[in-house]
Amino acid sequence: MLEIKNLQASVVDIEDSEILRGIDLRVNKGEVHAIMGPNGSGKSTLANVLMGRLDYEVTGGDILLEGKSIVDLPPEQRAHLGMFLAFQYPAEIPGVRPWQFLKAALDARADARGEEKMTVRNFSKLFDEKVEAVGINPQLVKRSLNEGFSGGEKKRNEMLQLEILQPSLAILDETDSGLDVDALRIVAEGVNSMRSPDRSFIIVTHYQRLLNYIRPDVVHILVQGKIMKTGGPELALEVEKDGYRNYLPAGATA
Amino acid sequence: MTFATVPAAVEKYSTAFEAAETRKNSESPAWLNSTRRQAWATFSELGIPTRRRGNELWKYTNLRPLAEAEFSFGEAGSVSLDALKSNGPWDDSWDTIVVVDGVYSDSLSNLHGTSGLVAGSLASAISSGSGEVERLLSSLAGREEYAFTALNTAFIDDGAYVQIAEDSSLDSPVQVVFVTSGPGHDGDSSRATYPRLLVDAGENSSLTLIETYINLSGSAQLTVPVVEIFAGRGSVVRHHRVQMENEQSFHIGTTRVNQLADSTFSSTTFAVGASIGRNDIHTQLAEPGAECTLRGLYMTGGQQHQDQEISTTHAKPHCSSHQYYKGILSGRSRAVFSGKVVVERDAQKSIADQKDLNLLLSRGAEIDAKPSLEIYADDVKAAHGATAGHVDRNTLFYLQSRGIDEDAAKAMLVRGFAEEMLDDFKPKALRDFVERVTDYRIKILLDESDTIGTA
Ligand SMILES: Nc1ncnc2c1ncn2[C@@H]1O[C@H](COP(=O)(O)OP(=O)(O)OP(=O)(O)O)[C@@H](O)[C@H]1O
Ligand SMILES: [Mg+2]
Repeated sequence: MLEIKNLQASVVDIEDSEILRGIDLRVNKGEVHAIMGPNGSGKSTLANVLMGRLDYEVTGGDILLEGKSIVDLPPEQRAHLGMFLAFQYPAEIPGVRPWQFLKAALDARADARGEEKMTVRNFSKLFDEKVEAVGINPQLVKRSLNEGFSGGEKKRNEMLQLEILQPSLAILDETDSGLDVDALRIVAEGVNSMRSPDRSFIIVTHYQRLLNYIRPDVVHILVQGKIMKTGGPELALEVEKDGYRNYLPAGATA
Repeated sequence: MTFATVPAAVEKYSTAFEAAETRKNSESPAWLNSTRRQAWATFSELGIPTRRRGNELWKYTNLRPLAEAEFSFGEAGSVSLDALKSNGPWDDSWDTIVVVDGVYSDSLSNLHGTSGLVAGSLASAISSGSGEVERLLSSLAGREEYAFTALNTAFIDDGAYVQIAEDSSLDSPVQVVFVTSGPGHDGDSSRATYPRLLVDAGENSSLTLIETYINLSGSAQLTVPVVEIFAGRGSVVRHHRVQMENEQSFHIGTTRVNQLADSTFSSTTFAVGASIGRNDIHTQLAEPGAECTLRGLYMTGGQQHQDQEISTTHAKPHCSSHQYYKGILSGRSRAVFSGKVVVERDAQKSIADQKDLNLLLSRGAEIDAKPSLEIYADDVKAAHGATAGHVDRNTLFYLQSRGIDEDAAKAMLVRGFAEEMLDDFKPKALRDFVERVTDYRIKILLDESDTIGTA
């Protein structure tokens, strides 16, 4: 599904700003990978670079999706290929209503893939169903996208989009942060119900707690722009107990 | 302080004034003849305000191109109903008054004899002495020494008259369409028209008023409208102003509103047209408990210039005023927001706020935003602010990451910015129309855009 080879990235227009310093990662179809790591280690940068954010420049290495390089594709084309990013800090978009926005997103993807567009009626049905499933107040989605939403509401809204767009590779960047217990369960149930042999997940989290609900196949520890260790779910427990000190490069402090 | 300068461009209008005067004087009542002559005297003194230094009202708007342009003053031309319907908002169920080149058109107007409503030609209202026309006409827009109200008043002849009876609530909107048909009498010159609208909303009446300016010519025209609105005690007037002149034309509009006790006046302007467009609106909160909400959306591209001159006077206690405007600017266009609220000494417990937000889509576009509060009372709640920003790249990325391509994402964001103003246009046919024009304009403005999506 996804293969990241020696990926290096820096901030556009800032010299010596390398954040990702040679990442290798392979996510097979149907797998759930968790990425953990200290603040500022490059987790969100990785997620954003995967999705094609223009603030970052890939200075080395490659990203392959189904065997094809995507580093030169704009974000929308990556979305059309089935990628999705649930943002750590979702943007507020005045005057754009979630319904209209998601319909436009689905239509754009259908266009790009040469598929038939969903009818307004079917879409409305799906939308209402999912709004209920992720537990968003239906009044809220009549307003502007994310505008004035609480932190938790924004995250639920990311889940709503994830469930409607049904991507084949979903990257969740701290979707569990700032959530109450019920919301956390909703995120976990959402992900678990979407787990399938054709769909993969990369889940960035700080908390082992989420991984109690969503059992990852692989856990990676990202420190200072490099993956320092890869293992099974037990790795998350170790981090919970000991922090990241065991994974720091020699002589460094996190 | 006065300067001994020759008033600009007066002679260009004087032949027309004299001709009109000879023609109209025998037909008009004496009071009107004297109003016109007084107004002409005022205009002759002031001329077109081309001097900007020290002139707060025109500091950011250069009227030299207008002063230099030549206009003709021919008979009213003719337009087709289809042209009106396809170039402006229209709904057969509305009571619609059509004024072509300043003259009421009986055949194009669509009036339903709605009870509680007197609507039609201003000329007939004047000649029949209908309602309180004599007392009201030019009582708001005649007092001040202001060149363009004077110019319009000097040429008062016809236009539209709308009166709502006391306690009447109209279910359906009243629209007044001012249309410029085409060039003047010699076929190619520019035409000057002076649309006039008088609205008298009786005590406890309620009205939705749509004021539309359409220009069916492809060349430079001058439109100088003056609108006077009298909001009676407890009345509710919802006003919409749609300005769609062509991009060569000049539109210098003045609206004067007088609000009696507990009246509510809300107005939303949609200004997308003209080479130089000016929307000057003043609301006088003349008695306690009056409330006004002035809002608007302006969109400029190319070399367009849009000027919003928005002011409110709180004369009495317990009134509130809200000014909120939004601008979308591209190309090498320029916009001005000059918001002013005066709270007089008597006007305790006033609430006033002002806001002007602008979205700049190009480096060449420029906004001068100048909200100001002049407060002479001590118990007042007031706030003001103005901002100019660009389309945010984070937001753009967010939309793109969901599969929406860059161009569509930009259009969606700009449209989103406009949305809350469009929401004000409640009547369905009106809403559909402004939406259509907005989407069309956004495409053009984005073609001239150079500031978004770049690092
Ligand atoms: N656009 C940018 N411009 C400048 N610096 C940046 C930019 N994006 C990221 N950085 C820097 O790169 C480093 C990694 O940031 P990133 O957001 O990827 O960390 P993270 O692992 O997601 O942290 P957290 O756990 O706090 O979310 C940080 O030092 C951050 O300040
Ligand atoms: Mg992060």
